[in-house]
Amino acid sequence: MADPMKIRAALQGDVVEVRVLMAHEMETGTRKDASGKVIPAHFIQTVSATHNGNTVFSAHWGPAIAKNPFLQFKFKGGSKGDKVQITWTDNQGDKRTDEATIS
Amino acid sequence: MGYTRRQALKAGGSLGLFSALVALGLVKPGDAWAQAWNKGVFETKSVADALKALGASAPTMTADVIVTAPDIAENGAMVNVAAVSKLPKTQQIAYLIEKNPNTVTAVFDIPPGTLPEVQTRVKMGQTSNVMVLVKADGKYYAAQKEVKVTVGGCGG
Repeated sequence: MADPMKIRAALQGDVVEVRVLMAHEMETGTRKDASGKVIPAHFIQTVSATHNGNTVFSAHWGPAIAKNPFLQFKFKGGSKGDKVQITWTDNQGDKRTDEATIS
Repeated sequence: MGYTRRQALKAGGSLGLFSALVALGLVKPGDAWAQAWNKGVFETKSVADALKALGASAPTMTADVIVTAPDIAENGAMVNVAAVSKLPKTQQIAYLIEKNPNTVTAVFDIPPGTLPEVQTRVKMGQTSNVMVLVKADGKYYAAQKEVKVTVGGCGG
């Protein structure tokens, strides 16, 4: 299991701004180690965010997203105290879900 | 029918069964999009191929899509790219980096109620155009910006 994500969800007017920092290697599969062997690709492929059971955002990523990915998005319809859940899945089947409270 | 979606996907494997399940209403297409990672799209190696894989052969260049990225990125391993679409009914935002080993970097799905604004960090191997492709109301629009990279971030 990977390290937890850092999630900030803040209500500004009627818009919830969500900022997520995930802890992940995001190995591209094109780099080589010291002995010249290719380091296998290991990166997040899908990210989805839900609020009250509705998917408010989803993303598909390739390996060219930077290490320890940062993501920011905004959605309407949230209110203070609501929970926002973020889930990612990587190409090796690893998965992690974290949630944050809208402030 | 005691089939869960996961079992259905596992058992199915074939597109035929899957679309049959969609037709039956057992599987919502939205769920499938959120789950299935499209390998073909992410393995494209040129902008033309990438646009074809995404189903957008000739996007309209527009000033209503704003790409915010640095003019010069000192470190290609972390380039902050933000995209804002002013087009109504924006459904999808995609990042395409012309000279990376694989062109398509990210595809974001924007459901109604979510603002067409995203920001994330990408890796860039060398100086290249960053194209943001937006699908709005079924049509494709694009805007691009050149980012100069002084140190590549894709290794090699």
